This record gives sequence, C-alpha cells and structure tokens, in this order.
Amino acid sequence: MKITKEQTKKIAALARLGLVEKNVVSYSKDLSAILDYAEKLNEVDTKNVETTSQVTGLSNVKRPDEVKQKEITKEILDNTPLSKDDFIKVKNVF
Amino acid sequence: MNLNEKTIHELHDLLKSKKISALDITKDVIKRMEEIEGLNVFITETKKAALKKAEYIDNEIISKGDFPKLTGIPFSIKDNFCTKGIKTTAGSKMLENYLPPFDATSITKLDEAILVGKTNLDEFAMGSSGENSAYGPTKNPYDLTRVTGGTSSGSAAALASGSSIFTVGTDTGGSVRQPAGFCGVVGLKPTYGRISRYGVIAMASSLDTISLFTKDVEDAAIVLKELAGNDVNDQTTPDVKVDDYEKFLKKDLKGIKLGVPKEYFTGEGVDKEVIRNIEKSITVLNGLGAEIIKVSLPHTDYAIAAYYLIMSSEVSSNMSRYDGIKYGFSDQSGKDLLSVYLDSRKKALGKEVKRRIMLGTFSLSHGYYDKYYAQAQKVRTLVKQDFEKVFDQVDALITPTSPTTAFKIGEKVNDPLAMYMADVFTVPASLAGVPAICVPSGQKNNLPIGMQIIGPHFSEGKIIQIAHAFEQKRGKIDLSLKV
Repeated sequence: MKITKEQTKKIAALARLGLVEKNVVSYSKDLSAILDYAEKLNEVDTKNVETTSQVTGLSNVKRPDEVKQKEITKEILDNTPLSKDDFIKVKNVF
Repeated sequence: MNLNEKTIHELHDLLKSKKISALDITKDVIKRMEEIEGLNVFITETKKAALKKAEYIDNEIISKGDFPKLTGIPFSIKDNFCTKGIKTTAGSKMLENYLPPFDATSITKLDEAILVGKTNLDEFAMGSSGENSAYGPTKNPYDLTRVTGGTSSGSAAALASGSSIFTVGTDTGGSVRQPAGFCGVVGLKPTYGRISRYGVIAMASSLDTISLFTKDVEDAAIVLKELAGNDVNDQTTPDVKVDDYEKFLKKDLKGIKLGVPKEYFTGEGVDKEVIRNIEKSITVLNGLGAEIIKVSLPHTDYAIAAYYLIMSSEVSSNMSRYDGIKYGFSDQSGKDLLSVYLDSRKKALGKEVKRRIMLGTFSLSHGYYDKYYAQAQKVRTLVKQDFEKVFDQVDALITPTSPTTAFKIGEKVNDPLAMYMADVFTVPASLAGVPAICVPSGQKNNLPIGMQIIGPHFSEGKIIQIAHAFEQKRGKIDLSLKV
C-alpha cells in the first residue's frame, strides 16, 4: 500500500504530530514499505477467527471504588510546564 | 574475584556469614561503573544514594538477623520505570527532566536491594538495538563497535559488564531476551501480567511484560519470586499463585518433552553457526534425559507483521499523553493550544517513535481498521492457538533467541524492516503472552549466542528447570570482555 506525501501529512496531523518538512518523504517511504510487508497478513484465512486483545483471559477486572487521597499535588505541578496557583495553564484553543 | 562479578546467591551466602557487607559489594559495583563509562550504560547514576542505602541496610537489617536474598544486592533498572524523585527519561528528550511523584511497584518490591542507576534504552522502548536512545547507543561489552540489542540495552550491558548484580527491564517483542542473547546473560520474560506494570512507562499495553536479567538461572528464580504477583494497581496481573521457583532448580529433565519448531531453524538471514549451536544445545538437553520432538507453529511467519501493526496501534494511543501540557518537554512558542501539541511532539520525539505513532494511527483509522488492525488481532489468535496446540504435546519449545549474533552499530538504522526482523524469534511468544527465557548457549567470534526456551502460560518454574539443567551441563562459554 503506497502512502503518499499528502497522506503522511494527514496522518501526522491526526496524531497531532509536527513533522520536519524534509523528512516527510522518508516517512512516506518507510510507511509504504511496512504496509507492503503487512499485506502478507491477507494470505491468512481468518474467517470465523475471533480477535485477541487479552492473552491470559482476564476481562473487566475492577478495583473497589474507594477515594484515596494522595498528597502529591506539588510534585505533579512541579513537572508541569505552565501552571498558575494549583492549576495547569494552557494556551487559547482558538 | 571482585564482588561485582558474583551472583546474587553467592553474595547472599557471603553476607549471611558476615564475611562481607552490602557496602563492600556496592563499592565494587561503583568502581566497575566508573571503569565501563565508555559503554554508555547508564542515563542516571545513583551512586551516592546507593552508598548511603548500603550502610543503612548493613546497620539496620543485615546486622539484625535473617534477611531475604535480595537484601543488600546492588541492581540497576531500565529508565522507563518510575522512581520517585529520580529522573526518569524513557530514553527520550520528551522526559529529560521528568521527576516521577511515585515509585513503580517493582521499585517498591525491591526496597531492600540497592539501586545504583537507571539504564539506557531505545526511546520509549521502541527499537531492536539500543540505537534509538536520545542519549546515544549503548556499546556491546564484547565488541565496542556492535550493538547490545534492545530495547533494554543498558540493562543487558550493565549486567554483562559486571556493573550490577541483576537488572530489570521490559520485554514487549523481545526487548529483554534479544539483548540478553547479544550480551551473554540470562533474560527471563515471564507470562504477560506475572509482574505488575504499575509505574512503568507504557509502550504497547497488551504486550509489555516486566522482565529481568541475571547472571545465572538460579538468580532468575530468586528475582522472579520477588517481583511476581497480583497488584491492585495493575488490573492485568491475575490472581495466580506465585510458585517457589527455586524448587525447580533441583529437578532433572527425566520425562520432560521438548519441542523443536521447524519454523525457527530456517529462513533468510539466519546465521548457520547460530543454528548449529542451538542444535548442539538440543543434543545436550537430550543427553540430560529430555525427549526431543519435532513440531510446527505454522503461523510463525506472520507474527512480525501482526506484531508491528498491533504494537504500533497501541503505541499511537499510549503516546498521545505526551502533549506538552501536563509534564515533559513543552514548546510554548506557538500562538494556540494546537501548536503546543504539534511543536512539542515534533521537537521531543525521535524518528522511530514518530514512525510508529503514524503507522498505528493509520492502522486504526476509518477504512483501514478491518484490513490492518483487526486482521492483525485475528492472526494473533492463530499464533496463540499454535502455541496452545503444541503445548498439548510438549512441555516447552527450544529455539534460537535471535537469528544472528550482535550486529554492527549503524548497520540497520536506515532500514526499519531489517531492524524489525531482528525480533523474528522473540515476537511470537510476546503475541501469545507465554513465558520465555534466554540462556547463553555459546559464542561465535567472541559474540554470545542465546538459546530460547518457551513454555505455556505461568510455566515459569518449568522453563527455569530446563534452563538450569542445561546451564549446569553446558560448561563455561569462552568469552572475553573488551572493557
């Protein structure tokens, strides 16, 4: 499957990923090669085969719904690029 | 012999008999860390804290009576395990100043062992050689022009070079077994969920498995027992009893059936000398009383393709948290929120990470989901069923860990597909979530070769038993460190 330069840019935009313009061609080449290789999966007959996402058979494991207080507000905010008082600050959406 | 060259069980006996102290061991390890600085093993060293801790352990625990086997033993851990107040970079520029506010469960469980450093890795554990680290590649201690394998590159080299007594890493598609093979140490990837992932920076959550490196199989049994078990903070750790793995060290191989899957002994790019070594090792196992049976895992050839689609899809989701807002690198020079996302990720994420985010985003996108992601998840089922069928017939499988010995630094960096193929023998067990151990089995031109033993879910005891019996019979491998 050939991924064009334009498609590469579109995928990057969907993933909120800025790309250096001069690298776009090499990304589209790499993605095309990997997807070409992945084509071989279509040789496999998967009619009536279920998907697997959890290998040891667990499902819907829940923990008790209890409030636990962790006093780590300061440590969390110390890692934040921009904050004001006890809030994380962000730029305008528009 | 310096103390840093000894195993956990040897050091424990010496500590118990009061012949040495934890401080003596820690000093020898730190001395070795200084000698091997050129390998680029550590991203962060914690020498000062280690010396202080060793004194505390000597005075407050060891002097007061009985203590467990990891007490006072220096170790290092891959830099994708969160360590409270100690920089945790995941090998990325994105987290170059990140100070976690909490410890990973593995760190909590190892609180009587002595942390000497955080080890180098491919950025966010994505790679097969250690070369994708934002902090430079780690060099193989047996040949400084070659890779250590990856992604737990620093953890493997730390152990091989004697600058830790044991190390901990993560294995998603082979990231502990492959570097263990390339560096001539034991690498154990347990069953998916056997060890808690809490506090470990996520790569592909349905595959990520906390794994360990040790100098011998007995040590692997000791470390696994300490780390394994159910954790309320990781819902994928099942409530399955943790075996006393050391008991399996005493058992012989009478009555054990070992499968040799033909798909792991052929193919392009498989080194004939590696194959010859594994065949010789199988003869050794046979001589120990194990029955050898030829078997087939017919979907092996599709595992890499399925793995790269599934893993990348999970990567694209997990990596979305690095947005320049909550923590990590942030570029605030743009005019709005969107430019913070785009610019921060553009500047702080490396090429392979971006490649996988894009591949995953594409595989999950409307119109391509069924063809790529869903088909890969179905093939995963078939790969898993291959193992289930074969384990009705045999106790474990014997294969090479990797198709070759360690390759040259730079050899595969510009060809992502060639790099992915380095994981061809380790990825199937990851897709099925079954445990596997890499045990050193020989060498070629002073480069280690590793044999892989794969067992059914939660059969860690059994594969430890087989690996240990082999290790005892195998004899010393003639290898010389270049540092």
